[in-house]
Amino acid sequence: MIHQYQNNGFRIVLDVYSGAVHVVDELCYDVIERLNEQNENHTVETLQKPDVMELLIHALGSKYPVEELRDALNDVTELTADGKLFAPDTYEPLIVAVKQRKTVVKALCLHIAHDCNLACRYCFAEEGEYHGRRALMSLEVGKKALDFLIHNSGNRRNLEVDFFGGEPLMNWQVVKDLVAYGREKEKLYDKHFRFTVTTNGVLLNDEIQEFINQEMDNVVLSLDGRKEINDKMRPFRNGKGSYDLIVPKFQRLADSRNQERYYVRGTFTRNNLDFSNDILHFADLGLKQMSIEPVVGEETDPYAIRKEDLPQIMEEYDKLAKIMIEREKRGKGFNFFHFMIDLEGGPCISKRLSGCGSGTEYLSVTPWGDFYPCHQFVGREEFLMGNVDEGITKPEIADEFRGCSVYSKEKCKACFAKFYCSGGCMANAYNFHGTIHDAYDIGCEMQRKRVECAIMMKAALSD
Amino acid sequence: MKHVKTLNTQTLNNTLKKGGCGECQTSCQSACKTSCTVGNQVCEQKK
Repeated sequence: MIHQYQNNGFRIVLDVYSGAVHVVDELCYDVIERLNEQNENHTVETLQKPDVMELLIHALGSKYPVEELRDALNDVTELTADGKLFAPDTYEPLIVAVKQRKTVVKALCLHIAHDCNLACRYCFAEEGEYHGRRALMSLEVGKKALDFLIHNSGNRRNLEVDFFGGEPLMNWQVVKDLVAYGREKEKLYDKHFRFTVTTNGVLLNDEIQEFINQEMDNVVLSLDGRKEINDKMRPFRNGKGSYDLIVPKFQRLADSRNQERYYVRGTFTRNNLDFSNDILHFADLGLKQMSIEPVVGEETDPYAIRKEDLPQIMEEYDKLAKIMIEREKRGKGFNFFHFMIDLEGGPCISKRLSGCGSGTEYLSVTPWGDFYPCHQFVGREEFLMGNVDEGITKPEIADEFRGCSVYSKEKCKACFAKFYCSGGCMANAYNFHGTIHDAYDIGCEMQRKRVECAIMMKAALSD
Repeated sequence: MKHVKTLNTQTLNNTLKKGGCGECQTSCQSACKTSCTVGNQVCEQKK
């Protein structure tokens, strides 16, 4: 499968099944387009048949000299012989093994507090309560969760635990005690805990900052961008904006971590479709690691992204990519999470086939110890999988998540981006279509655009 | 090659041989939480 597109003056050809990315000239772009129209499954043998050259001369002979066309066809044939163009799908037969693989639990999202000191208008957790009651996780429940992780992680050494909420700093003593418990246990079982925390920053202070820097592999700092944008969607419960209190703390924390191992993470809605300005605002605040994601909401929510918003969103991604290239070249670069792509050292095909791991390798734990496939399913009783006392009581739920892949989703079959999103967020698919074996269409459009921009940036910065 | 510049040397097929150790980070632990971004995760063996 071949996907070709033009962006920012670059002509790019992505060979989906090999993952090879080619920047080509206009001639070669046209040649590949014609060849792919003729036969999506070309091989070295079929490319050498006389009718191929005849087709190119017929279709492009008035635009290019025959010798040039022959030259381009030779390049295409060479790439095909190297397995970097027209590469066949050799992965579909592996999906049976992926479905049947024995998985271990390697990551937990601990809902340390189902409570929050902000009242963000788009919160999928409903101000921290997740369709349920306010609650704080006890140390006892947290310890049982870490024990469960250790005992269900097989040979996996690195174990990940995210302190999530609601707002986890509202239950900070338990976070500290659980980190201490984890450090004690990891020595006994030859494991290594990678702790992370996701916070809105309201309660962040010097002591907490120091602890985070000492113990947390990553910290996710929630902020939406410009003051007026942030304060509209992220107010306190009394309606007052949170920007002025939080921003100086985030700047200080980012600096204290040498601008590494953190993300300032925002959400954009249809209230700020010009979200590239919010990302640039982060950069202007001196922040270097950032992410801004499209809001997830009901179609009826006034702030939800609609299909008609997509053209403007696409333009924003294009605009952002160009500005990032320009800043990078000036030595003022920054990382945008959704444009990060590693063409050489990215994840292996097994990872790309197995997806995000929710429901199998990754579980969420409520304050009272219930397991759900991920934080976005918490509170949906049909996805309650077990608890810290009994373990997984409904393995059939894990089986369903394990069987979910780009090959179980009809929409993914013809999509060029399938090995970059691995089928997308299962919670989003469920929210919009009632099944995890589907895809959130608007999210897919945005994902494809982000992949195109990310690859284009690699081309631009390779010059 | 006159008409083509290829940006990567590795292909996905090659990762079949050594891949699948499972030590890499789960994507939602990094920063997404509301989308799925497997493609930008780092391979633990290549760190």
